[in-house]
Amino acid sequence: MTDYLVCDESDIAEGGRRVVQCGQHEIGIFRIKGQLHAWHNICPHRQGPICQGHIYARVIEPVDERGQVRLLQYDEGDQHVVCPWHGYEFNLETGRCNGNDRMKLFRAEIAIRDGAIHVIV
Amino acid sequence: MDATTPQRATDLPVQEIDVTTDTRDILAHANQGAKKRGLQDWLICDVDAHHVETVSWHELVEYIEDPVIRHQAMLFHKEKLGGAPYGLNGDMGLKYQDVGGRIPHQASLREKTEPGTHRDVTLTRRAMQSLGVDYMVLFPTPMLTLGLHPQPEMEVYLGRAYNRWLIDKVLSVDSRIKTLAYLPFNVPAEAERTIEEFADKPGVIGFCVPSTRHKPVHHNDYMRTYAMLEERGLPIAFHAAYHWQDASLATVNRFLGMHALGFVWCNMVHMTNWILNGIPERFPKLKSIWVESGLAWIPFLMQRLDDQYLMRPSEAPQLKKLPSAYMRENCWYTTQPMETSNMKALELTLEMINAESQLLFASDWPHFDFDLPQEIYDLPFLSEQAKRNILGLNAAKLFNLDPTPVKRL
Ligand code: FES
Repeated sequence: MTDYLVCDESDIAEGGRRVVQCGQHEIGIFRIKGQLHAWHNICPHRQGPICQGHIYARVIEPVDERGQVRLLQYDEGDQHVVCPWHGYEFNLETGRCNGNDRMKLFRAEIAIRDGAIHVIV
Repeated sequence: MDATTPQRATDLPVQEIDVTTDTRDILAHANQGAKKRGLQDWLICDVDAHHVETVSWHELVEYIEDPVIRHQAMLFHKEKLGGAPYGLNGDMGLKYQDVGGRIPHQASLREKTEPGTHRDVTLTRRAMQSLGVDYMVLFPTPMLTLGLHPQPEMEVYLGRAYNRWLIDKVLSVDSRIKTLAYLPFNVPAEAERTIEEFADKPGVIGFCVPSTRHKPVHHNDYMRTYAMLEERGLPIAFHAAYHWQDASLATVNRFLGMHALGFVWCNMVHMTNWILNGIPERFPKLKSIWVESGLAWIPFLMQRLDDQYLMRPSEAPQLKKLPSAYMRENCWYTTQPMETSNMKALELTLEMINAESQLLFASDWPHFDFDLPQEIYDLPFLSEQAKRNILGLNAAKLFNLDPTPVKRL
């Protein structure tokens, strides 16, 4: 295992990210709801650069009491990173794939020391 | 782990991929994957990739043969503000392939290109290099619905202009870029003229009929076209597309549904007519290629037609064997978008279509459902020879290409 110094903790704002090279590994670090989450930049679909994708809130379609629908909505509490290759969506907190529970992002280990973010890989 | 002396992580040059990102950065992982698998020594032919010809429409219209239409088209592009490309029909505003901006390379490739080299040459070269492709067959994109044009002559004007423009600006610049030249199929005499004119041009390795059209492929008017292609040993490709005017798909409201069905339906209809009317019996050496419908439809249609045929052989009197036998022996298929959610089903599909000789790799880059050569390389149930055939050697044989790899990864 090697320890890589990334940046100050404050350098990644809410909704922001840092995608870094740590030796052979590419790691994306995201801040969601105040927490940092680090993922390997490898999409479980076909190894696309998942951490370099756009972030979208999950789309939902509320159904009323008559079983009818009218508008689509964003669920702002459920932020997804979208793979730029084919559009697979993954929850940034859990790494779960939208639509396929068996598919997950690979979490990377991080540590905060003296206010700085480190990746251990 | 030595926590006292951490190494410095470095930022990736591209933090977030968008429409301005260089193709080589978008596909950096594809290039790494190709190197890791040793694809340098494998011939990789990509039988279906795309460019967006409408970006260069102002150039292309200068190649229209009819002087009056050419003049009109050039003025249209010089003087009209906010117009669609001259003469082009189709679902211009209904193109939702980029999933609301989620897949930037599908929305557009606005990366910087070098002055002095045509944009489409540069972008194609970057894609070939990134994917590890030796030869790439380039297809147009918005023109794929030209077969539905209300003015049949416009398909002739624009199809011919496209062929001439592509040869001039792209194919003659790089011999690794190929085309299946546009056949204006709604006007059979012009389709024949197109074969005469373009069969021997640089980079032309066959001809393409965009599949979205309502002309029956078995009409007697097309027999000369098929005979001409058979004589020359040039394949005919049916390239699928979707369109929202298809009455049989009128209830489909989501693009996902339209794309899933539309890209398959048009080729299922043409294939059904092609087989039941005995085109492979009449032109046994004519090679047909069925492009961009994926693969899962083929076993369905094989079984369906076989079952029905045996109950009603009098309605397909030209057939000397089961429909599925023609589909396996006389037809070729491109891989993309290869359905992979059920590997057992995929294995059976490949067996049923005799993939070892009939299947041709296609990436469909830069579209949202593109495939990589590694999808074939990584399949656990194929022999190495079968993989080599699918990735390049089948195409080399079909199109008479040198099977020696020429790329530099
Ligand atoms: S590689 Fe990520 S969606 Fe396909």
